[in-house]
Amino acid sequence: MTTTAPIAMRDAFGEALLALATEFPEMVVLDADVSTSTRTAAFGQRHAHRFFNVGVAEANMVDMAAGMATCGLRPVVNTFALFLTLKAADQVRNIVCYNNLPVVFAGSYAGLSDSYDGASHQSILDVALMRAMPNMAVVVPADSVELRQALELTLRRNGPTYLRLCRNPTPVLFAEAEPFVLGKIRKLRDGADLTIAVCGVPTSMAIEASARLATSGIAVDLLEVSTIKPIDRAALAASARKTRRVLTVEEHTVCGGLGSAVAEVLAQHAPAAMQMIGIQDVFTESGDYAALLKKYGISTDHIEAGARQLVAAHPQ
Amino acid sequence: MVADNHHDPLAVLEEKDRAKKAALLQCLAQEFRLTVLDILHQTGTGHWGGAASAAELLVALYFDAMNIRPAEPAWPERDRLVVSKGHASCMLYTVLAHRGYFPPSELNTFRQIDSRLQGHPCMNKTPGVEMSTGSLGHGTSVALGMALAARLSEKTFWTYVLIGDGDLNEGQTWEAIMAAAKYKPERLVALIDYNKVQLDGPSDQIMPMDPLPEKLRAFNWNVAPTVYDGNSAAEVLASFAWVKDQPQWPAAVIYRTRKGRGVSFMENNAQWHGGVVNDATYAKARPELLATLRTLEANL
Repeated sequence: MTTTAPIAMRDAFGEALLALATEFPEMVVLDADVSTSTRTAAFGQRHAHRFFNVGVAEANMVDMAAGMATCGLRPVVNTFALFLTLKAADQVRNIVCYNNLPVVFAGSYAGLSDSYDGASHQSILDVALMRAMPNMAVVVPADSVELRQALELTLRRNGPTYLRLCRNPTPVLFAEAEPFVLGKIRKLRDGADLTIAVCGVPTSMAIEASARLATSGIAVDLLEVSTIKPIDRAALAASARKTRRVLTVEEHTVCGGLGSAVAEVLAQHAPAAMQMIGIQDVFTESGDYAALLKKYGISTDHIEAGARQLVAAHPQ
Repeated sequence: MVADNHHDPLAVLEEKDRAKKAALLQCLAQEFRLTVLDILHQTGTGHWGGAASAAELLVALYFDAMNIRPAEPAWPERDRLVVSKGHASCMLYTVLAHRGYFPPSELNTFRQIDSRLQGHPCMNKTPGVEMSTGSLGHGTSVALGMALAARLSEKTFWTYVLIGDGDLNEGQTWEAIMAAAKYKPERLVALIDYNKVQLDGPSDQIMPMDPLPEKLRAFNWNVAPTVYDGNSAAEVLASFAWVKDQPQWPAAVIYRTRKGRGVSFMENNAQWHGGVVNDATYAKARPELLATLRTLEANL
């Protein structure tokens, strides 16, 4: 792990598209009139013939990408996560996933990161929707490095992938030398008292909370689950068998996201006491990003408190 | 359609050839209607109305207009057809089977368990199907993507999309129509099977689409000046001749068709969008189709 200045995933993503343009000549980029926000505009300026700004028409964009994919192109489809996964849900399901087409969906401004725009723009159930689609891989990177690595990997994948991107600068957690592997959990800390499974932006919070817990003798097995699907069953089950207590942390509703995915695995393979940190099945609101996360229960303090509760309630 | 060049002897010859080809295609379309009716009766499921409506169009595409290799369905240079009105699946399968994509003996597995012939087209199960459809409104967007891919990879294949009334109700179709007019991809052709009857009733009652040609022109499409009879193979061939000659893209052709074409009591009747062909219906309908076929064959 490294610590440098925070980098916004969308900035890293825009740069990665440019950087990969030569290596992936079949890559095309589509956007729905938000290219200055999603940062695909730079690709559009440099590679105008491979860039399609289709206006505010998400359904058409996704199916255009599907048509292109059937002809050997590798489309990367961009807009805000909320519009991509809801306005084009039929297209993602019936055209892209049903046909197992190699399309990368980059859901930008996900979670609460479009904070000031309010609930209408805050994508808090995209992971639930996308992971319910057969053939889809779902990746929630925790930082800009992991995002870049995931993009390159998923451009080689023979099937659809959903990449979840945060709008705002987030800490850089990983080094380029620690490669992201699709479907593999990264263990960030080894401990026997409690498993914390986390994805995305709250990962840095979980790292800090685990350090705090260590000072009071609670050893956390900290798992970064960036691939929500296909999920790393073996690593999850092994950790849960060891600790018997699992806390999940996500910037998403607790209905159908990481917590649910982990519960599905553990209920069948390694039952454990569980608690889920995330948005508790409510609509959110406008505000400062950090303040919003805190208000809706996603913070270092909440993780620490949740962990202590779980440990106290379930003696090993 | 009346040809205006009868003074040219060569044109007369071509006209004769075209008339002969049209008569053959017309027979084929009618044969396939019989096959579709047989399958729908035998399996007790499927959509007659939209399948019968599109018979001549599908036959003329696969047996005349399209550059395809049935033995090599993934041939990269092939022309593409996206059947956006996926409920015409039974006619599409019948045409594909008889064109050589898979054995016609497989047709009676339509909509049955373990079959490659799904209720609505599935590109990964059925050879020759270019895109899975069924949920309406997708086809034009997909076809636009294909046509743009052709441009980007410097290929010259044609991309056709077959659109029905229900498709035209879908907002996405108009998103695609807007976007196609922005990019103007060469050789993108929308064929509109405009029978004006949808699942619940006449389109003029459910969702009026007129004036359709004017709408498409207002969206900057190159629309054929003639509305052709889409149930006449001769007119369909004439429309394709217009299409092949166009300098401006995207192009659209509107066909006046009859839903359920071929069986008098099923024509223009929303009940036969997806009604079950039971024994009594079958006994009444089949002789009608057969009588027409015999007449067409006699005139060959």
